[in-house]
Amino acid sequence: MRLLSYMGQWKSAAKEVLDRTAIVAKFLCLLHVTNNYLCSPTLVYGPSMLPTLNLTGDVVLAEHVSHRIGKVGTGDVVLVRSPVDPRRILTKRVVGMEGDTVSFYVDPMYSQTTVVPKGHVWIQGDNTYASSDSRHFGSVPYGLIQGKVFFRVWPPDGFGTLEQ
Amino acid sequence: MSPTFNPRARNFTDDYVLVEKFCLKKYEFSHGDVVVFCSPSNHKEKHIKRIIALPGDWIGTTHNSHDDVLKVPKGHCWVEGDNSASSMDSRSFGPIPLGLVKGRVTHVVWPPQRIGLVERVFPQERVSSFK
Repeated sequence: MRLLSYMGQWKSAAKEVLDRTAIVAKFLCLLHVTNNYLCSPTLVYGPSMLPTLNLTGDVVLAEHVSHRIGKVGTGDVVLVRSPVDPRRILTKRVVGMEGDTVSFYVDPMYSQTTVVPKGHVWIQGDNTYASSDSRHFGSVPYGLIQGKVFFRVWPPDGFGTLEQ
Repeated sequence: MSPTFNPRARNFTDDYVLVEKFCLKKYEFSHGDVVVFCSPSNHKEKHIKRIIALPGDWIGTTHNSHDDVLKVPKGHCWVEGDNSASSMDSRSFGPIPLGLVKGRVTHVVWPPQRIGLVERVFPQERVSSFK
């Protein structure tokens, strides 16, 4: 008799464990989908986007919808997978789209002009003195763009959309 | 990619393959891996080719009937289709950044008579890696 009551308790406990696990699993799936395909917070740091983004690190929101539907354009701050190291993600500004003519200074005396090839973008950091970008590794394919930054969450005095 | 995939033109069904994405954690590939990547000239198109050379390798190509040796830059790879006669690959658009790779093909899953592992083969005589 006691065995039957124990079995009843185990069954209800097991059912509750499964229900709770199902809720956690559903939450993790929703989090994964949102982070990869909708909007995600990212910590960005480094001197290459001064004064737009701080040196010591800002938390920004990046959306992952625009680059899939081709709505990334000149002037957008984007997250780009580095063409030199695929495990690193860079934060730069799009300065030229495909077909645009871009001029940049190789050294203070000479400037060079290139046309951005089809399917590529030209990215530059706002702080041209301390940024490794398209001036060094050339135009990057549009497929390397991971998302567009549209909002800053941290630090609190920088809360809001980014300036152009 | 004939004859690895779709060996006969105008077959009843196209081949279906299994693409694994665990390789995207570390972006470590081997010579001869078949990968799926976004086209560098049109991000909406995906191509499926074989990695022939990895970053730092020297690859022998023929450009305008001149033999040439190129070094694959850091962070890039050289991809070629198995059917070299009709394949748009790195021989036309150059080495591609590894960040464009979206997955590695491990098995053919359809049609049933072609189910099996996708082998890793590559022309060793055209690639040299000095490490």
